Formats: sequence, C-alpha cells, structure tokens
Amino acid sequence: MSLTARHLEENGLPTVIMGSAKDIVEECGVPRFVFTDFPLGNPCGKPWDREMQRAIVETALTLLERAWMPRITVQTPFIWENDDWRTEFMKVDETNREALAREGERRRQLQALGKQQKEGRD
Amino acid sequence: MKIGADPGRLSHRKRRRQSHKEVTIMFQRQAYRSFVSYMDRSREYYAAQGYTQPYTWPRFREVPFTPLSKALSACRVGLVTTAGRKEPETSDQVLPRELYAMEAYPPPKRMYTDHLFWDKKATHTEDVDSFLPLNRLAEFAREGRIGSVSPRFYGVPTDYSQNRTMKQDAPKILEWCREDGVDAVLLTAL
Repeated sequence: MSLTARHLEENGLPTVIMGSAKDIVEECGVPRFVFTDFPLGNPCGKPWDREMQRAIVETALTLLERAWMPRITVQTPFIWENDDWRTEFMKVDETNREALAREGERRRQLQALGKQQKEGRD
Repeated sequence: MKIGADPGRLSHRKRRRQSHKEVTIMFQRQAYRSFVSYMDRSREYYAAQGYTQPYTWPRFREVPFTPLSKALSACRVGLVTTAGRKEPETSDQVLPRELYAMEAYPPPKRMYTDHLFWDKKATHTEDVDSFLPLNRLAEFAREGRIGSVSPRFYGVPTDYSQNRTMKQDAPKILEWCREDGVDAVLLTAL
C-alpha cells in the first residue's frame, strides 16, 4: 500500500495512508499517514462505530489539507479496550513452537506439490 | 467508577480517589515500546515455521510530496483498499490476485478479507466502513467537506513482489484515478 501511495504522489496525486502497522509504513516512507493503534483489521475505526470512523476519516482529510512536508504521521486518540492483542498476534513461544514448525513443513510440501502439478501442465 | 462521571456529585475523598485513578490510567511506565512491530513479529513467526530467508521490507530515503492543489471542498476523493471483491466459492479454492476498479455506490455490504494478514482473533471485518469508509466519505461529500467521492474505488492486492506492485499495480491505479478525475486518494491498509 505504501508503494502505491508513493507512486500516486510522485505522479501528482496527494495521498493519505490509514493504517495500524506503524513500523512497516514509516520504514517504507510515505507522504502522509494516519495511524490508529489498533489490532490489524480496522484502520478506519471500530466496526459499527460511526462516530469513531468519522473522526478518523476527518483526521485523514485534515492531514491532506495541512501537511506541508512528507513523512507526517498523525496518531488518532483511540485506544482498543484491552492490550491482549499486542502479545497474542503471531505469538511464538514454547506452547506453539512445535505446531508452527509442523505447519511450515506442511505448507512447504503443499507448495512443492503445487509447483510439480504446474510444471506437469506446462 | 466510570471516567467522566460528574465529580461535583462526589464527596471530597471520592473525588481525590477518582482523580488518582485517572492519573494512573492516563500515564504508565514501561521498559518496552507498546507499538507492535509487525516486521519483528512476522519475521519471528515465519522463522518458527522454518522459513530461513526473512521477507525484506522496502525502505526509501526520499519520500515524494504533492500538496493539495485546491480546496478540499472542491476535490474528488478516491479510495484504495487491499481487500478483495470476490469470495472463493469453496473453502480450498485460492483466488488469483486481482487488481480492480469497482462501482463505489451503493457501497458493498461485504468485502473478502480472509486471505489478508490481520488480527482475526481480536476483531472482524463485517463492517466494511471499518476498513473501506465509503459511507463515511459519502457523508462528508453530502456535508460539503469534500467535493465528491470517486464513482469507483480501487483494489490493489498485497503482493510478495514489490516489483509487481511498483511496475504494474500502482500505474494502473493511477490510470483509473485519472480516468475518474480524482484529486486526492485515501489508501486504507487492512
């Protein structure tokens, strides 16, 4: 998404990214970024919360009007009701390490099989 | 006690206790950053799955910048999403990556997001406006905050290949935006 924004901006179209993966967007480097510190999935506000969604979109519109230089990040004031997601998402620890290794092995086998089938067709 | 309750109705001691509680909620000390680093997290996760070569994310020194050329109330605003427009017909069907432009109104009731990288335990994507705010933008257009919303929105697939995004997808999105007379673009990353 960051790459697409950069391309549009290079070609004369002002852009704002709305998202929750702060490091990925900021490391890439984008013109304008509205950051909401939520679990990934609802960068424009909580589901069914019209007022919050309006506030976040309004922040993006204001940033379009007021940004005077690139790499401006604005963080919206909203917080998720708990912090569990910060540690739970894509967690790796002793409880799931073996299962993850098995899952990776299974995926590689499936991919190899898919590749063989494709080569067979070609 | 609910924050924001009328403090005038509380005894002096309760009020002091409440203000102390507010302070503890508004301010915390910690030794680590609270923001999740998705670069760190995904690298560790795929390493645990046995992928030895980590994904390398793009990083640029230079960042382009184009100021808005006219008042926002005269601008047509476009939306770009990473969500897909089609759902697979069976659970084991893998849909090909699709770049698309789609009629924005009436807004879709559902978008396909199962294939994307987001927190399926913590939240859901059943309200399309939580990641593709077509209804919210229509409200801002009606109120005159923006000139109009583009009649189409644009879907760009997330792609392992940065080259494909830069050489194929982004130029196509630009072309569609120009066809639709778009003046500014919101891109929402799921």
